[in-house]
Amino acid sequence: MSTIVLLAVTGLGLGALYFLVAAGLSLIWGLMRVLNFAHGAFFTVASYAAWSASQALASASPWLQWFVALLVGMVTGGLFATLSEAVLIRPLYQRHIGQVLVTVGLALATVALVEGGFGSDPRPVSMPAWMSATSPLFGAAIANTRIVAIVAAALVLLLLLFFLRRTRYGLIVRAGVENRAMVSALGIDVQRAFTLVFAIGGTAAGLAGVLAATYYGTIDPARGTSMLISAFIVVVIGGLGSITGSALAAVIVGLLQQFLNFYAATGVGDFAVVILLAVVLLVRPAGLLGASS
Amino acid sequence: MNARAPLLELHDLRVTIGESQILQGVSFTVREGGITGLLGRNGVGKTTTLRGILGLVPRTGSVTLAQAELTALATYEIVRRGVGYVPEDRDVFAGLSVEENLRLAERPGAAHRYDLVYELFPELRERAAQRAGTLSGGQQQMVSLARALLNADNRILLIDEPTKGLAPLIVKRVADALRRAAEVATILLVEQNLAVAHRLVKDVIVLDQGRVVFSGDVEELIGDPVLARRYLGLAAAREVH
Repeated sequence: MSTIVLLAVTGLGLGALYFLVAAGLSLIWGLMRVLNFAHGAFFTVASYAAWSASQALASASPWLQWFVALLVGMVTGGLFATLSEAVLIRPLYQRHIGQVLVTVGLALATVALVEGGFGSDPRPVSMPAWMSATSPLFGAAIANTRIVAIVAAALVLLLLLFFLRRTRYGLIVRAGVENRAMVSALGIDVQRAFTLVFAIGGTAAGLAGVLAATYYGTIDPARGTSMLISAFIVVVIGGLGSITGSALAAVIVGLLQQFLNFYAATGVGDFAVVILLAVVLLVRPAGLLGASS
Repeated sequence: MNARAPLLELHDLRVTIGESQILQGVSFTVREGGITGLLGRNGVGKTTTLRGILGLVPRTGSVTLAQAELTALATYEIVRRGVGYVPEDRDVFAGLSVEENLRLAERPGAAHRYDLVYELFPELRERAAQRAGTLSGGQQQMVSLARALLNADNRILLIDEPTKGLAPLIVKRVADALRRAAEVATILLVEQNLAVAHRLVKDVIVLDQGRVVFSGDVEELIGDPVLARRYLGLAAAREVH
């Protein structure tokens, strides 16, 4: 029983990180039809900015360090995403190949720059003692970092749903996902919604970058890229443009990976996720909760 | 002699999509008040003209609203100058409720004519919470018309085939709504149903092969079977004669 609980919470923790990256990716694709391969770069830059802030505050209390790092990571992710949209992606709307090339280029350049500045080896992160400890749950010792990731992702999900369903900008984003031209034809500046969505997506990716650092105990220039691949799978399974779809798919993918990697063999879980992706694409191409086009 | 002031003026509007030149220099004037019909056979560029006015397709030439040039503006800026749009396919936001579709159309700073909208289409109030994608075609057209009617500062409404694919009873209601809408805004109406157009419009502009081939009184067009047959088609000519 305790093993099942442990695997379930670990899988949910991993799914939480996937969701935080996938949420922005899904909204950006849904509204703007931009396949943002640079989304992992927001994650990476944010995690290194947070790590640097934490290092600069080495003499402060561990909790203060962690909260400042969290804030710096989120702001960095949001700013980097906003700048990327304004400078690189905005001139390339409607030019899909150009978008792919520029976002892939930005992702590769960012990882290379981070490696150049910080080295390619993982670096340990400092965190409050409570984060490194475990809490008992149904007989299992659950790492507190998993609990933090799950709670943070749940809060982000609730905030995003509130934003989408209860605010005017959320209404614009939901409508824009369906028909961007008609939103403009109602007198609404969709461009501002684009920038806002990029900022939200980058902030969520930044949060994921900081939480992943505490989840794994290290930061690593390549982690953003591997996280991006998983997030793309989550977005496609959940349904492009659907936040609740991304949340559901992230939970499924995280649990599938953990349980099969443990009970079958290492790597089987990752393979099963790819099979699941293929099945969803064949049976329900719009994704679990995506609107069929 | 028409004494009404010019409101919307197009001069040499050209639209090329891919290899096809859809509009080949369209020029006309819509005068303030009432309903002006934009007629012509299928595929002559009527919808593209409306989309060109709004900047939804790349175009050259000049479009002015109350003598203010619109062509350098983005679509949303053109709309904010007081242009309402009802697209050919209604384009309601299927995943949003009726109430959300209307709320989205509310322009900040403008008065909102919910009283008029609900007077014309009371079922929109009753179905406020229903997803627009689950409405019938007629009800979706009501949502689309309501969005354009909502903002009191709209000076002109561009309405594209509002009766297309609707049951006769709904066609009559839509026609009545258009007549009522014309009391509060000028309307440029694309309409394939010539009987409806005949009842609603006085001034007509006829397009053929991307050019204006007739501009004048509807009776002059309809009254001339040769003109009607040449520019509107045999079936349309029979429809009104």
